[in-house]
Amino acid sequence: MTTTLHTPHATDHLDVLESHALFILREVVAECERPVLLFSGGKDSAVLLHLAAKAFAPQQLPFPVLHIDTGQNFTEVLEFRDRAAKAAGARLIVAKVQDSIDQGKVADPGPLGSRNRLQTVTLLDAITAHSFDAAFGGARRDEDKARAKERVLSFRDAFGQWDPRQQRPELWQLYQGKVNPGEHVRAFPLSDWTELDVWQYIGREKMDLPSIYFAHERDVVLRDGMWLAVGEFVEPRPGEDVVTQMVRFRTVGDANCTGAVVSAATTIETIIDEVAIANVSERGATRGDDKFSETAMEDRKREGYF
Amino acid sequence: MELATKDLLRLATIGSVDDGKSTLIGRLLVDTRQLFDDQLDAVVAASEKRGIGDLDLSFVTDGLRAEREQGITIDVAYRYATTPTRKFIIADCPGHVQYTRNMATGASTADLALAVIDVASGLKEQTRRHFCIAALLGVRSFVVAVNKMDTVEWSELAFQRVVDQIETVSRELGFTSTIVIPVSALFGDNVVIPSVNSPWYGGPTVLEALEASEAGSWEVAQGGRLPIQWVLRQLGGGRTYAGMVSGESFSVGEKVTLLPANVETTIRAINFGGESRLEAVVGLAADLDLADETDAGRGDMIASAPLPRVTKELEATICWFGERPLSVNGQRLRLKHTTKSTPVRVQSITGVIDISSLTINDASSLSTNEIGLATLLTAEPLVVDDYREDRVTGSFVLIDEVTNVTVAAGMVGHASFL
Repeated sequence: MTTTLHTPHATDHLDVLESHALFILREVVAECERPVLLFSGGKDSAVLLHLAAKAFAPQQLPFPVLHIDTGQNFTEVLEFRDRAAKAAGARLIVAKVQDSIDQGKVADPGPLGSRNRLQTVTLLDAITAHSFDAAFGGARRDEDKARAKERVLSFRDAFGQWDPRQQRPELWQLYQGKVNPGEHVRAFPLSDWTELDVWQYIGREKMDLPSIYFAHERDVVLRDGMWLAVGEFVEPRPGEDVVTQMVRFRTVGDANCTGAVVSAATTIETIIDEVAIANVSERGATRGDDKFSETAMEDRKREGYF
Repeated sequence: MELATKDLLRLATIGSVDDGKSTLIGRLLVDTRQLFDDQLDAVVAASEKRGIGDLDLSFVTDGLRAEREQGITIDVAYRYATTPTRKFIIADCPGHVQYTRNMATGASTADLALAVIDVASGLKEQTRRHFCIAALLGVRSFVVAVNKMDTVEWSELAFQRVVDQIETVSRELGFTSTIVIPVSALFGDNVVIPSVNSPWYGGPTVLEALEASEAGSWEVAQGGRLPIQWVLRQLGGGRTYAGMVSGESFSVGEKVTLLPANVETTIRAINFGGESRLEAVVGLAADLDLADETDAGRGDMIASAPLPRVTKELEATICWFGERPLSVNGQRLRLKHTTKSTPVRVQSITGVIDISSLTINDASSLSTNEIGLATLLTAEPLVVDDYREDRVTGSFVLIDEVTNVTVAAGMVGHASFL
């Protein structure tokens, strides 16, 4: 018997993360009947779509992509969504929060109110309507302390709920996504990626992204410590000054709860420089939806949020 | 900005409840400045709210509401750290016996275990259990933080007592590398910053030990393995077989055998993400084009010599997590091994491991969190190596057919220390 200690391994961390993600994508597609990829048009779901195309090349994607449309999106992101889905040859399904409001399933928060939490109802309805038994998401464990606890394949009961106290053991890379009818799994191929990994990978792969990730001039108001883009969904309140600044977005959520950061970074290389020395986390800097309480993300995840 | 890629070390914390695993990881992350300001502020605020002082470091990883209320870790938290030399994926595991399944989840992918032991209480039964499970799961490198040294006034004698206990365990379980460090996670001594309180200690800090560790190179004694996950149809006809490489790498032109069919063929081409490569290294999610027309699909394996064996009967080590005991005529189970799932039956239970003596006692069933040896019969043939030789082709899980819950971690063969 021979013992070789130094067989060539994929040791570059981006190569390791990439191959692991491809493995997860293929495993879920093989084990589940009807997977879907949740696509917001943000950088993480863009990376996910890119990885999915690689996992199944040269074939078409073996699943559709689903966008939960709050109706409060940045125009640039919707344009990217359509462009990216087309480039990947993916079938795009759009489920609208407005439809859930019209059906009386959720209360209308008004034209300027946040629809963030309402998305969960629209998402779970879409999963039921299409009988999806697996949904890929771009969530990363470094984003939030509740996400840090979640399995790569995360079980959801018939009500779409996550029970953090009863997660299935997940040994080695033996991902198992078997569910009974009505239940589903969420699969997170980017679980072990950090924000910096995502940007390095986007740079390495020369990926397309929505333009709002790059520094640009925009009219913004300072609210609750965040720079919000003035526009259809954000109107300046009395006492708020509209200023024109060079900003970019670190995350992409709804226009009325996603803050911009002041930045001069117009290229992926300069964004990577900024991310590498950032003092504030991406969700802390830019997401009003996480600021409600200590366990805002855990509470939303329990209900079936992304 | 330096964009150099780094190597990745996966580590899991092990040890008994309340010995300070989460606090140590919190300290490590805070002192290496891995935490963002807002995350640290949130930990401070949460500590104040519960009236437990300025900063409860365990809240860095104990992120669930129930964990913070009870001051315990229920499930694994994954944290990420980057230093100038390395990238770390840290699985902070729970210490309670009832959450052994979650500890095994964290340790199953670890290259190294970071054990935490309270110096005052020494090596507890539960710590011994964790050492044993980690060793069964193939972890050979250990960094042991002897914690709460401040509570024994940094007594070298107290430290040495624990060192002696660890040396015994290390010898029994066959660790290849064991570094024992006196620390106070609470105050940060010898975690990232060398302590002035331990002039008698000349070894590395926890961070230095982790950065210097050579864990991660699994001892390969077998050939290349590619369990087929998915068949990709190529443009213009033909198909390739996608999967992740383990064992040793594959090259174009190499002779391989398709198992269990036992068909010999040659690798005609290697692809990754639609582009061709000359070599498929270990860990690459590649797809292979074979020279001969073959009828292969998910669950089959492409292998190079020395070949794995094909069998329907497995002698295996089982960590049982099910609520009802595992027995010969018990629940209906399915086995997932690499990319293959098959119905499975327990033919016999050979014994249960006594954690404290590492001897095997007679048993006819395995209770929750017990580890034992069993013979399993599968409906379909499996292509296996011993776990000691290949972590991928030697591991499996058992799944309850009714609930679909994973109820056991299984390893083909048994550890050398049994």
